[in-house]
Amino acid sequence: MSNEVGKITWISGPVVRARGSKNVGMLELVEVGEDRLVGEVIGLKGDQMTVQVYEETAGMQTGETIYGTGLPLSVELGPGLIQSIYDGVQRPLPLIEQAVGSFINRGARFDSINREKKWKYTPKVKVGDEVKGGDILGVAMETDTFEHRVMLNPDDSGTITWVAPAGEYTVNDTIAKLKSGKEEKNVTMLQRWPVRRARPFVNRRGANIPLITGQRILDTFFPVAKGGAAGIPGPFGSGKTVTQHSIAKWADAEVIVYIGCGERGNEMTEVLQEFPHLIDPRSGRPLMERTVLIANTSNMPVAAREASIYTGITIAEYYRDMGYHVALMADSTSRWAEALREVSGRLEEMPAEEGYPAYLAGRLAEFYERAGYVNNLNGSQGSVSIVGAVSPPGGDFSEPVTQHTKRFIRCFWALDKSLASARHFPAINWLDSYSEYLEDVGNWWREKTGKDWLTMRNRAMELLSEESRLSQIVKLVGPDALPFTERMVLETTRLIREGLLQQNATETVDAYSSVEKQIRMLELVLYFHERGMAIVKRGAPINLIHDLPVVDKIIRAKSTITNEELGKFEDLQKEIDEQMSQLDAEYRQ
Amino acid sequence: MSEAKVLGGQEVVGVGRIEGPIMVVEGAANVSYDEVVEIKDSRGQLRRGRVLEVSENFAVVQVFAGSTGLSIDGTSVRFLGNTLHIPVAEEMLGRIFDGLGNPIDGGPEPLTDKYADVNGQPINPTARIYPRDYIQTGISTIDGVNTLLRGQKLPLFSGAGMPHDQLAAQIVRQATLGKEAGAPQTEGEEFAIVFAAMGVKNDVADYFRRSFTESGALTRVAMFLNLADDPPVERIVTPRAALTLAEYLAYEKGMHVLVVLTDMTNYGEALRQISNVRGEVPSRKGYPGYLYSDLASLYERTGRIRTSEGSITQIPILTMPNDDITHPMPDLTGYITEGQIVLGRELNFAGIYPPVTVLPSLSRLMKDGIGKGRTRDDHPRWGAQLYAAYARTQDVRALASVIGEEELSEVDQKYLKFGRAFEREFVNQAFTENRTIERTLEIGWKLLSILPKKELTRVNLDEIEKYYTGTDATN
Repeated sequence: MSNEVGKITWISGPVVRARGSKNVGMLELVEVGEDRLVGEVIGLKGDQMTVQVYEETAGMQTGETIYGTGLPLSVELGPGLIQSIYDGVQRPLPLIEQAVGSFINRGARFDSINREKKWKYTPKVKVGDEVKGGDILGVAMETDTFEHRVMLNPDDSGTITWVAPAGEYTVNDTIAKLKSGKEEKNVTMLQRWPVRRARPFVNRRGANIPLITGQRILDTFFPVAKGGAAGIPGPFGSGKTVTQHSIAKWADAEVIVYIGCGERGNEMTEVLQEFPHLIDPRSGRPLMERTVLIANTSNMPVAAREASIYTGITIAEYYRDMGYHVALMADSTSRWAEALREVSGRLEEMPAEEGYPAYLAGRLAEFYERAGYVNNLNGSQGSVSIVGAVSPPGGDFSEPVTQHTKRFIRCFWALDKSLASARHFPAINWLDSYSEYLEDVGNWWREKTGKDWLTMRNRAMELLSEESRLSQIVKLVGPDALPFTERMVLETTRLIREGLLQQNATETVDAYSSVEKQIRMLELVLYFHERGMAIVKRGAPINLIHDLPVVDKIIRAKSTITNEELGKFEDLQKEIDEQMSQLDAEYRQ
Repeated sequence: MSEAKVLGGQEVVGVGRIEGPIMVVEGAANVSYDEVVEIKDSRGQLRRGRVLEVSENFAVVQVFAGSTGLSIDGTSVRFLGNTLHIPVAEEMLGRIFDGLGNPIDGGPEPLTDKYADVNGQPINPTARIYPRDYIQTGISTIDGVNTLLRGQKLPLFSGAGMPHDQLAAQIVRQATLGKEAGAPQTEGEEFAIVFAAMGVKNDVADYFRRSFTESGALTRVAMFLNLADDPPVERIVTPRAALTLAEYLAYEKGMHVLVVLTDMTNYGEALRQISNVRGEVPSRKGYPGYLYSDLASLYERTGRIRTSEGSITQIPILTMPNDDITHPMPDLTGYITEGQIVLGRELNFAGIYPPVTVLPSLSRLMKDGIGKGRTRDDHPRWGAQLYAAYARTQDVRALASVIGEEELSEVDQKYLKFGRAFEREFVNQAFTENRTIERTLEIGWKLLSILPKKELTRVNLDEIEKYYTGTDATN
């Protein structure tokens, strides 16, 4: 399959130049040197080619051979992806460990998808059916409960001439025969798809269903729609990874693709060791049974880091095509951008801002545009939602990656160092964040909860921005100088901040809030505000409201009332009524 | 490095260009990327270098000892055909080496036939064990609120003139395997210590040596010294040599290894110097675009793996230029490491030791090494409460500086009192004071008891019932 296409003439880190055949294609996958390291052609000029190598090049010499494969860099798609952990170019890390031990060696080659494992397969087409690309030929049970819908490669079409009976098959076994024109070909459950090419769909649908994450600040305040794109920028230690992990754990997507791109090894290990033991609240199965992990940690080869994002998004699109909702986390897109910069620097390209190549914005746009809620070729609907972490140097959001990212996302969750320092988690700053999906998902909330979520949410935001204005004054003159009505606002916003926005990912009850619980909490806090404000307006001293025993109970409700006992919010509301009425009565005397 | 181990290679006489520590050698065939070279100057003196870039016609070589005294015609370069390797052996504990791993304590070459590539190889994430065992350092600001775990990388961010060396020495001296609060304190397993100095003054290296001697640890310390007057380019290799030995001790000999790297800022500058000479496109402040990946290739050599009992815990020390935490060195370090301990000048002026500024400090792994069965059940919430209260103290202080302390509300006055006590009793401790985890928790509760119960929303009510010692009658 591979033939000699050139001899190496120059090596610098992950970039290699070679001279040879003019028949090599741009972005063709090549094997570099006698160790046959994976590489990709990223530049051609006459008989010169430039190759980025996805493995460590130390020890490589000029004069070594480059072998062409005639194929673009592709991923293997088929049953067996779920529960896998791959590096940036889809090499299965557990097999590498079995073969070469705890450290990653160069040149280790394995099939991305297990060829021996048999899957329980049921055909959904019959002989004589006309099928086109994307059509579902049958289903294989990828886990006990997860149905892997085996699709025809989007580029194929024809008439089914033979169908394998229901049974157990490997990904190499023929499950159908397809005749198109005069040719008949065997169809298996395995297909390859070039990572840099988006998988086709019919058209985009409106993104108007929120991706529910169980995180109050996200769902209630800054929701992202299924098929939408969100960015989480934040300085180090502000909780990007914890937020990404929380979303990966709790998001109501059917498949999660988690890309650890240039981040810590221990973090990926944490996911690997934790997810098999965490139970998905919807399916009742371990979270790992809906997760695909791509781990290209910070010390793994930098070019493979660049590829990891594409590997991940292609896998996500593949499950989308089956009609699933997929959520993809990329942690961190800044490390991916740095990989681009590093390779660009080695190519001595003219840098734009801060050394990044001029095509940075274009690449970011391409990536985020692969998110979407779409009508698939086979008539089903599916979505890919992207949540990209951004790590701006010095926490400065004016740097190129954050700025360009902002142009291509519609939901921005700004992490804040000072909130993190005060251990207010998730440290998402409510004044700097925004979501453009608010109006789009309003209907969903109304149908789901019967309540006017958007009005309540906007009311709470109004109070929070009022708080920010008031706290400027408090800083200058102290809270005592404020009229009671304004101090009432501060009392309520304290409840919003501590009771609603703060959420403890490590506490069982608090880690996940159902939509119903979220709206009840919001309602309760606003109710407290209206009642309190009425009393205060009649001149009741604010400290009496501050000292009401129910205040503490409202703050603790997030961890004392589970998602199953929402009735307790009624009791809390009664307590508010009782205590406020008593206060009101006392004051009137 | 033992010369006997080096296989012969091709030799080229004369170089094409010399610029700073970089040399361009022409006319060598089949040079490998990252290969080690041996350079002989006109007087026959040997020095070492490494290939940074190769093409058919030339190789770019970085000279570790710098190019002083090298001439175009009088220099010969021998390509050794392999990447840089150092010997590794258990007997290297108790010894002192230069920045490239050659003994400088007058002792013999380490007796071993085991050599390891200084670049190491990335640990497969599936082969790692997630860190869960805490290290008791006896320092409240670490054990209590920024707990260090075995297999974690936790840097000290400091500034010139602050006692980061003392703090590192105290950590090294007191570190033992953590026990659950109330469990009998047994003699902890001892750590092997690998110490790498990059561009620090001789006094600093000497301070650590004395400190190791006094605590009787010297026999389990290996020191790799590249001092301020040693060639800067060697600094690129020093931490790699140290970590290579650490990996051998941890993953092949099953030891628990504590690695202290000081000062990472000097390392970064050496890297910047090479990058500048090579004319690479700089990113921020002239540092190369690959600074993140390069630092990661050091910091990520920390952790535990499934096939070994041992662990590597890293404590890099980094002085922030101009105390600026957004400078690329602390910034990129903070993104890679699992938290940071930040020393503050204000506390230092106030005579508080260790001057750990608690709010920007963080241990990312803390949540997994504390709590029930590890330290004590209330520990996570207790820590969050201390943080929240101390953060509030800062706001109150800002307010007090405007309106005066007398004008503060009663509760705010209590916060001020809490803040002062927190710094004097919790943060502050003697250089020789080794606090148990119980003691640290006890001090914390005593301080929280200054505040009204109603303010303590991070801890739960049972815990308040059990540990709160204040006189506050309301609830």
